Amino acid sequence: MGESGIGARVQRVEDRRFITGKGNYTDDINRPGQLHAHFVRSPHAHARIRSVGIAEAQAAPGVVAVYTGNDLRKFVPTSDDLEESPIGDLICGWLIHSKNGEPMKAGSHPAIARDTVRHVGDQVAVVIAETKRQARDAAELVEVDYEVLDAVADPLKARASGAPQVHDVATGNLVYEWELGDKAKTDEAFRNAHHVTKLNIVNNRLVPNAMEPRAAIGDYDPGTGVFTLYVTSQNPHVARLVLSAFVGIAPENKLRVIAPDVGGGFGSKIFIYAEEVVCLWAARRLARPVKWNADRSEAFLTDAHGRDHVTDAELAMDEKGKILGLRVHTTANMGAYLSTFASAVPTYLYATLLSGQYDIPAIHAEVDAVYTHTAPVDAYRGAGRPEATFVVERLVEVAAREMGIDPASFRKRNFVKKFPHQTPVIMSYDIGDYAASLNKALELIDYKGVGKRKREALKRGKLLGVGLSAYIEACGIAPSKAVGSLGAGVGLWESAEVRVNPVGTVEVLTGSHSHGQGHETTFAQLVCDRLGIPLDQVSIVHGDTDKVQFGMGTYGSRSGAVGMSAISKALDKVVAKAKKVASHLLEAAEADIEFKDGKFTVAGTDKSLDWSAVSLGAYVAHGFPSDEIEPGLKEGAFYDPVNFTFPAGCHVCECEIDLETGKTEVVNWVAVDDFGVIINPMIVEGQVHGGIAQGVGQALLEGCVYDEAGQLVTGSFNDYAMPRADDLPNFQVDVTVTPCPSNPLGIKGCGEAGAIAAPAALVNAITDALGHEDITMPATPQRVWRALQKSKMPAAAE
Amino acid sequence: MPSITITVNGREVTSEVEPRTLLVEFLREQLRLTGTHVGCDTSQCGACVVHVGGRAVKSCTTLAVQCDQAEVTTIEGLARDGVLHPMQEAFREHHGLQCGYCTPGMIMAAVDIVNRHGMPDEKTVREELDGNLCRCTGYHNIVKAILAAAEKMQGAGQPIAAE
Ligand code: FES
Ligand code: FES
Repeated sequence: MGESGIGARVQRVEDRRFITGKGNYTDDINRPGQLHAHFVRSPHAHARIRSVGIAEAQAAPGVVAVYTGNDLRKFVPTSDDLEESPIGDLICGWLIHSKNGEPMKAGSHPAIARDTVRHVGDQVAVVIAETKRQARDAAELVEVDYEVLDAVADPLKARASGAPQVHDVATGNLVYEWELGDKAKTDEAFRNAHHVTKLNIVNNRLVPNAMEPRAAIGDYDPGTGVFTLYVTSQNPHVARLVLSAFVGIAPENKLRVIAPDVGGGFGSKIFIYAEEVVCLWAARRLARPVKWNADRSEAFLTDAHGRDHVTDAELAMDEKGKILGLRVHTTANMGAYLSTFASAVPTYLYATLLSGQYDIPAIHAEVDAVYTHTAPVDAYRGAGRPEATFVVERLVEVAAREMGIDPASFRKRNFVKKFPHQTPVIMSYDIGDYAASLNKALELIDYKGVGKRKREALKRGKLLGVGLSAYIEACGIAPSKAVGSLGAGVGLWESAEVRVNPVGTVEVLTGSHSHGQGHETTFAQLVCDRLGIPLDQVSIVHGDTDKVQFGMGTYGSRSGAVGMSAISKALDKVVAKAKKVASHLLEAAEADIEFKDGKFTVAGTDKSLDWSAVSLGAYVAHGFPSDEIEPGLKEGAFYDPVNFTFPAGCHVCECEIDLETGKTEVVNWVAVDDFGVIINPMIVEGQVHGGIAQGVGQALLEGCVYDEAGQLVTGSFNDYAMPRADDLPNFQVDVTVTPCPSNPLGIKGCGEAGAIAAPAALVNAITDALGHEDITMPATPQRVWRALQKSKMPAAAE
Repeated sequence: MPSITITVNGREVTSEVEPRTLLVEFLREQLRLTGTHVGCDTSQCGACVVHVGGRAVKSCTTLAVQCDQAEVTTIEGLARDGVLHPMQEAFREHHGLQCGYCTPGMIMAAVDIVNRHGMPDEKTVREELDGNLCRCTGYHNIVKAILAAAEKMQGAGQPIAAE
């Protein structure tokens, strides 16, 4: 592997700037002459805007402008005047069709509400002033006359007749009624079942809460007509595409989007948000840079939330515990607007994974997507796959318990064992060894010793439980043609360009974006591995649409499998060209040139040139016929995956519940994952740790709550319980490896696994301890204590 | 407007500030020391931790005028003469950071923990980190880094305090 090549535990290149306070996040950037924006937000979940009084705010010290929704009109292309027509709405880029063939009902989503507000925090006006303080102070002076309307926050209530309507286009608040799988075959499986396990599952709404709040700076150069947007984004190119093609603020060639250091995303920074639209528009209108950054309260109100499913699920088994069929009905809360990728999450990112690691002959899933008067819900770490895993892994656990079969054996009995495996829900699993990860996990947790540990725990006044979660996810998102046929508005390939400088140092331009994943290190490791040059001679460039031609960004654990595959392809081309150059410089046939460890050698001789000599030769261009070989050394590639990748593994949680207080403590956590080939184990382990923490957060602590009137009850870190250091144990993380056959590097992806696997493992552990299944997430001490009162307690042995 | 004099990272600055100016605003906006971050508005996350008079404080909950005549150290002032503080080294070595946003506050809080506890055990470190949120790392490697740094800071007879 070499000390910095593939598989090496290399310390991160990017760390130095972060540990010395030299990171460059959006809010750290200040443009000369910049103004500050502050948004006036709706305090009501649903209201008609009768009028917005801005006079007083406009007259306040330092205020430069106050805009309402109707002010946001298109620029006349040839002047700074405004057209009559408004700028475009924010869009949802994945068109889902209902089972009756109708396209989803997308309500309009203006950057600033024009006549109706649909959730608490919806934008009503923006105040732009010389300082942040002045903007904030003046925002208090904006007088909005609301006609308050009834609101609905609960997705099931939103479907009831007579429920308040969120958008007129979506009758009964139904966005779509979608299905996947074979209903008749599934019904048949249930008719033949020996045993049926049923569960009603609530997958709690979460707030992503990346530690860096969102921020944006719009900048406009009247001389060149070029816009620049600095933004906390996971995919700057997609932001540019949407802002130009749909919102219509600037043509793509006049819009530069820069996503500098980004302080975590977890999905929430994929999307195109209203505030960045407004900053960009206002920058041109005022011919001055306009900056906005969210405080945490705004993040709670306006960042796209995650999960929020209510599901009825049933699993049918024969008498030996072989699964015959799975039936799922899910109601997914979409919030008040369809966010950028929201429609895909409870459909193609969810139901396609309902086969789990199991050979299930028949599956039928129905999903109703519902509008409510709450913040939009979109992809959050795992996006659909945690919800699917939770359904499947709770069902198999409970089914095993009900049938008196050991849950681990039940799983093994039903695992997919032959690959490729076509599931009844679109996916074709390319490779895996599910028993291998399960067995290793059981060994690491000491599964055999569980009974003894339970007895010991009881003596200490604790109920001990053990829970498994054998998850699978689809990453490497995604084969463009396949997702296109399913309604995606974009292709999901990735691009890369490898630029070799005359001295042999290398810049890699990638369309992936790093916001904690450590690409500056792992991507460079790939280059070192291929070109045999030291790590410090490689720079990874990302996050700037002026530098990187195009890219699809980072989410869905795609940067390794797709982003690095693109780099790998470009590196192949670079090496091929360098060999041509070397053959001339070494006066040998191209076929005789071998390239290894940074050296070009004529086979069978000691004639050689090192990497930097050939790089220089390529640019000096004296030593080869330039009608045959172009000077320079730079190659680009677009890589479109041939299939999804399927990371899978087994997590086991051991927890102890305090009989007196109901507090659950996670005492041991084992994760055995199969991510295929691993570039940097240290970074991969870190990804797993972070994912588990978010999953534990979902299962034990986090729950985003709206009251009946649509007020956000959990609107700060005081009310929304984030996992803290003393809520978590150390994690035992291990791997099994089946290299992925679907991409040149064998990578599957690792970013979401922890968040996908963890909630089911933890809830399975809690219910094991409780002796019954009646608990919902988050399993707070209060809920667990109540559940304890229902448990038949084994007498504590004295 | 009141005038204040603060020594920040060894450099004395005198400045007029609005009385309501928070220390973090003074550092970020006036001195352009943007290493100190803001992650919340309820004094919960610790992204803003700096040292005032050698003790960790949340600069989002401290007024700049309260620090008149005080010594303030931010993440930018922790390394001395280009040599990283053992805590900074340990965070890098043990992969105690991912996106880096919580990191300055984490490191400043961690130095303070070790200053107060000497060689804390894991449980103490986890409890003491109660005021610092990290959404990326799951804390596993942060705890490891702090324990490793504590050992180094003891072993090397390193002056423990940053100040
Ligand atoms: S910014 Fe969150 S505690 Fe200071
Ligand atoms: S490293 Fe991202 S929040 Fe801690």
